[in-house]
Amino acid sequence: SLLRFTAKRLFSTSHSSVDSKEMKKFQLLAHKWWDEEGEFSALHSMNDIRVPFIRDSLLNMTSNYHLGKPLSGVKILDVGCGGGLLSEPLGRLGASVTGIDPLEDNIRTADQHKSFDPVLAKRIQYKSSSLEEIVEESMETFDVIVASEVVEHVADLEMFIKCCSQVLKPEGSLFITTINKTQLSYVLGVVVAEKIIGIVPEGTHEWEKFVPPEELERLLESNGFSVKTVNGMLYNPLSGSWSWMESTSVNYAMHAVKSGAEGQSSPTDALPEVEGEQPSATAGTAV
Amino acid sequence: TSAVMAVVCGRGLLAPLRGRLRAPLRSVTAAPAAPLYDVVVSGGGMVGSAMAAVLGHDIHFHDKKIALLEAGPRKEYDRVPDSYSNRVSSISPGSATLLSSFGAWDHVCSLRLKPFRRMQVWDACSEAMIVFEKDDLDDMGYIVENDVIMAALTKQLDAVADRVEVFYGSRAVGYTWPLPSHSCDTSPWVQIELADGRRLQTKLLIGADGHNSVVRKEAAIKNIEHRYDQSAVVATLHLSEATDNNVAWQRFLPTGPIALLPLSDTASSLVWSTSHEHASELLAMDEESFVDRINSAFWSNVNHSDFIDTAGAMFRSAISLLKPSGTAVRQLPPSVAKVDPESRAMFPLGMGHATEYVQHRVALIGDAAHRVHPLAGQGVNLGFGDIACLAHHLSAAAFNGSDLGSLKHLLKFETERQRHNVSLIAAIDVLKRLYSTRLAPLVLLRTWGLQATNALPPVKVRI
Repeated sequence: SLLRFTAKRLFSTSHSSVDSKEMKKFQLLAHKWWDEEGEFSALHSMNDIRVPFIRDSLLNMTSNYHLGKPLSGVKILDVGCGGGLLSEPLGRLGASVTGIDPLEDNIRTADQHKSFDPVLAKRIQYKSSSLEEIVEESMETFDVIVASEVVEHVADLEMFIKCCSQVLKPEGSLFITTINKTQLSYVLGVVVAEKIIGIVPEGTHEWEKFVPPEELERLLESNGFSVKTVNGMLYNPLSGSWSWMESTSVNYAMHAVKSGAEGQSSPTDALPEVEGEQPSATAGTAV
Repeated sequence: TSAVMAVVCGRGLLAPLRGRLRAPLRSVTAAPAAPLYDVVVSGGGMVGSAMAAVLGHDIHFHDKKIALLEAGPRKEYDRVPDSYSNRVSSISPGSATLLSSFGAWDHVCSLRLKPFRRMQVWDACSEAMIVFEKDDLDDMGYIVENDVIMAALTKQLDAVADRVEVFYGSRAVGYTWPLPSHSCDTSPWVQIELADGRRLQTKLLIGADGHNSVVRKEAAIKNIEHRYDQSAVVATLHLSEATDNNVAWQRFLPTGPIALLPLSDTASSLVWSTSHEHASELLAMDEESFVDRINSAFWSNVNHSDFIDTAGAMFRSAISLLKPSGTAVRQLPPSVAKVDPESRAMFPLGMGHATEYVQHRVALIGDAAHRVHPLAGQGVNLGFGDIACLAHHLSAAAFNGSDLGSLKHLLKFETERQRHNVSLIAAIDVLKRLYSTRLAPLVLLRTWGLQATNALPPVKVRI
């Protein structure tokens, strides 16, 4: 078969969604985040589609905003923020952003970079931490969580989603971008991207940890989320730019909304499989 | 591990060693930070002021801080002075649309402007001519005094004073550029030093400081430039008798084109491009002789030769066989009676084109990016076109939360504008050279070319 692939998976000893082997991979690149043409160039150009995706999804859910500062008043948690590539544009759009990343060097880079812009320095706070570590002090604190290019690196995805739910306000939004687990994503996302063209630093991704959208959707729905949007994404290495596409077979983005109050879900959803523990939705309840 | 830490701490060594083309960076450490702007426009002429005003009125820039640096004093008036200014521009409908998008065109209309419906361009060495006219009764363009445009722009800048800070009497004397992917302890912004010692920082510097652009020079952007052996003589003229005066006239003399641009029913503006010596002569002579020269330039046929006239006539009859309406009657421009005293002036002409319009955190617009001969009346319109394009990209970038100085969207602006500008600039330069000769073959070429162009609607519409 095409996939003669042996992945050694380090099992984390603590109950954490952070994988220490993953951390080591990023350690060496901690200072290279902000080189727009360097190792992280594909992430820089991903902003061109993921920022509008987040922005427009949020604007579509409310009528109270100003086009000059569209995300003003929105509290966002950027999980796995790295050097702050996504936190900064969200901050520029007016949001109050908390960026967390388990790697201290990333946080240092991110803090350094935002420090030169007084507006951003105030709007964004970075913290070296895992998601679990902030849950206690941040229950239902955030309007939005973004976990972009993160879930393919976490050790325990279900726990990650549960923590997201805990720190998110009811009806808050969760945005995830990640990589599907298909033959195509192995070829394009690992072989071509890492080994052939080198647009992703080698060893960044392990195909075993890629997450198919069906599974992500199942995990989300069974943990109190309702999935609103799933979009496929495609990277063009020649132009260095991302675009949306129908198929989710390589990269994709997902927008899910946490249900309103305890045990209620939005009447506009179709819930494919609802786990038994969840109390059933009450018909006609406004969310 | 310590090895890993050593690698990470040694990031100074690991930082990409790119060839630095710019002046050495003065390390900006923890001195009291100079005020930081999102955009600084250097140069408060028509193009610079319009750029600042467009951004100031853009909804996505509502939250941003913009500064406009102008070396000269503030210019404004509520009422137009009785006499006309001798510096006028031909404003295309596209430019008028841009100006109305942020409310400046209304002010222009309430001050003073002259729409024109028709343009006649003809050769001194032959009968060939071309007439531009819109089929619908729309205006082809507008002749507006530069002072009027400036007054309108100043008013619209005042309207957004909470977002746009204008620094009058402020000349920028030095620029310090950041490295593209900045290493940790140096400021990522462009540092600007003013003549009075004040300093500013900006995320994006827009150079609108004219054809001798300091921004362009300091950014070490190569400029292809050429000084024409010509100066333009400008003056405000009064016509012998009142007329509708809604035609712009331009005649190509061997020494250079002479143009009469309508200001009112009784006044027109002169733009006469000619050799430096002739220009000085024209300025020195008494007013009556000056007026005589102008009339003679438009009316006299002394440069015709029989050969050319015959060849031209033959071509014209050939065209009329194919396309009966393809030749129009040549009208004669109004005759000039006198010139406004003190309104005569001259300035040297040249062409220029910057090889790059953008760099990291820098963009050039207007004459700083491209300079053309006035014969096509395009100069300021190209600048306004730059503004429309750059503002469009910056607005989208702002709405995406992007770093405004990022080359990604700046390059899109450069590509779009260079694609549009280069062919036009080259064409204007070719026209200038083509019409600077009496040599029969070239005259014949341009005669036939002009006649053919006149007869072909699709070509004319594109122009």
